[in-house]
Amino acid sequence: MSAPTFDLGKLHGGLRLPGHKSASTAEPIRDVPIPSQLVLPITQHVGDPAQPVVGIGERVLKGQLLAEPDRTLGAPVHASSSGKIIAIEPWPVARRLGDTAPCIIIECDGEDRAIEHLETTQNFMAAQPADLLSQILKGGIVGLGGAVFPTAQKLMQAQTCEIEYLILNGVECEPYISCDDMLMRERAAQILSGAQILMHAMQIDVCYVVVESDKPEAVRSLETALSELDDDRLVLKQVPTIYPSGGEDQLVQLVTNREVPSGGLPTDVGCLVQNVGTTAAIHDWIVNLEPLISRVTTVAGDGIANPMNVRARIGTTVQDVVEFTGGYAERADHLIIGGPMTGKSVTTDRVPLVKATNSILVVLKTSFQGRELPCIRCGDCASVCPIQLLPQQLFWHSCADNEVKLREFGLTDCIECGCCDLVCPSHIPLTANFKIAKGRIQELADEKARAERARRRFEARNERLQREKQDRDTELARQKESAKQAGPAAIAEILKRKKRQSEDD
Amino acid sequence: MWIAILTIAFIALGAGLALSFASRRLPSDAGDLVEQVNDLLPQTQCGQCGYPGCRPYAAAIVDGAATINLCPPGGEATVQRMADLLGKEIIPLVEQAEPSVAVIDESLCIGCVHCRNACPVDAIVGAQHFMHTVIESECTGCKLCVAPCPVDCISMRSLT
Repeated sequence: MSAPTFDLGKLHGGLRLPGHKSASTAEPIRDVPIPSQLVLPITQHVGDPAQPVVGIGERVLKGQLLAEPDRTLGAPVHASSSGKIIAIEPWPVARRLGDTAPCIIIECDGEDRAIEHLETTQNFMAAQPADLLSQILKGGIVGLGGAVFPTAQKLMQAQTCEIEYLILNGVECEPYISCDDMLMRERAAQILSGAQILMHAMQIDVCYVVVESDKPEAVRSLETALSELDDDRLVLKQVPTIYPSGGEDQLVQLVTNREVPSGGLPTDVGCLVQNVGTTAAIHDWIVNLEPLISRVTTVAGDGIANPMNVRARIGTTVQDVVEFTGGYAERADHLIIGGPMTGKSVTTDRVPLVKATNSILVVLKTSFQGRELPCIRCGDCASVCPIQLLPQQLFWHSCADNEVKLREFGLTDCIECGCCDLVCPSHIPLTANFKIAKGRIQELADEKARAERARRRFEARNERLQREKQDRDTELARQKESAKQAGPAAIAEILKRKKRQSEDD
Repeated sequence: MWIAILTIAFIALGAGLALSFASRRLPSDAGDLVEQVNDLLPQTQCGQCGYPGCRPYAAAIVDGAATINLCPPGGEATVQRMADLLGKEIIPLVEQAEPSVAVIDESLCIGCVHCRNACPVDAIVGAQHFMHTVIESECTGCKLCVAPCPVDCISMRSLT
């Protein structure tokens, strides 16, 4: 077993949080049975909604394409099981509180018949890199770490840069969540195979598989898989357990000691980061032609009777998943989709499990949240901020709605990790404030862009009107000129004709 | 002591001459200022300020001919930004307006092109004797198309 490699780049701030992971990692991943009804939102990714290509009443098979992106940024949605489409309608989703989004609803027939594919790409090393990329595009694969950015588009963007390292993100730093941990324990070979596919498709020669040092079982399993694979391009690295080292930019900093520039991407410093769940999904799609129709998710929290990790079909409702695990505990109070730091509160468990759902967390009545008090400028928030921002200043300027200052203090670089919230002795909801302020900045930028477009259209119109007037003037002048050249006799002739006409009338 | 006084006087005279020369001969930055003010305006080109467009209004503000509170589509925020830029007092808007877009009731439209010709940002499409419609994403909500319509089929829909 390799010793933890702590001689890595340094992460500023961050927090050592209690893990709460042992409860959900005690048992292996269990499969949730196919529910009677699947709810598939058409937007499960960053970008524009996918457009449905099936109609109500149509029978679909497992893995059949249901909706495909019509713009540049997006990912297709596939049927998670066979059945009949009974509706395409708004349904509650875990995006914002009380939000609904258009969903395709399938009534499952329980047969789970899969659509027949032509051929599988067993030997991906023989495939052309470009073919692999376009194949990944069709699999509906998105970043499963939680950001759900369409993987194919991420790879295409990365192709325009010089990429040195592929970094597999097995750092699951948020408390409670353990789905990647369990995946690494049970499916290490598939994860690494997915990484090899990516390395071949992107022509990358070095891959770091990064795991936190508090996951010894995952490390062991990966080591076994690595030794079986016998590919020295893949290197296992361990990093200390500090939240939020699993953030993309933070991980790059930790592993390569390169800082991702403000407003930039890891590709700017030659790194491509992929979640371990994503590479396993890539393996499933490329080798077995199974699109992203299921995922592992952690069901945990004090409000859950039997915390565990489950593999559920995308579109299974949270209610069905929780029921399968054994239901809620007695004093369950509050449902959060995602982790405790970055997750979203929802009011109903009718929301479906989507590609982004890495955790279903049920907590008891929150007792730790104190009353909000004025800022005492202690600076604790600044010392834990992983981006080295000054949350107290940002808070000040966001209260004053001062866009210029907010930009100056780097609000747009905030990753909303929630560290500052947690340490604030005055219980100020800083991250919530920053989210609102970010929305305002975006709004202002949109307004500005709209004004600029209107100005351009106005100027173009004025130009056109002027051009038309000029054309008319020249035409008139030309006609006058030609009449003059025809001489006085012709003019008299025309006038006589005119007169005759008016007399006739 | 006289030497000191003379020296200071001489320097003051020199600096004064240089400054007066600069203010007369060097190009002023009024043009720039007009651009800056124009950038703050919402570019609806609606003429509600009494000027034939956003840029003429900006020029009038810089000249001192117009006050900064004549732009209803810009709202209080624009007044405040202009006050910041020009170092003026914040004054209340003459009239409030909420963001809106024009909507043509297409079943009533007779295809007279009057509204299309009135639109300052070419956000209405349609040909003579054919139905017209508003390109919603380009409409600035200036209301200039409402009055020319002979069958009153254009209404403003609020965006808030």
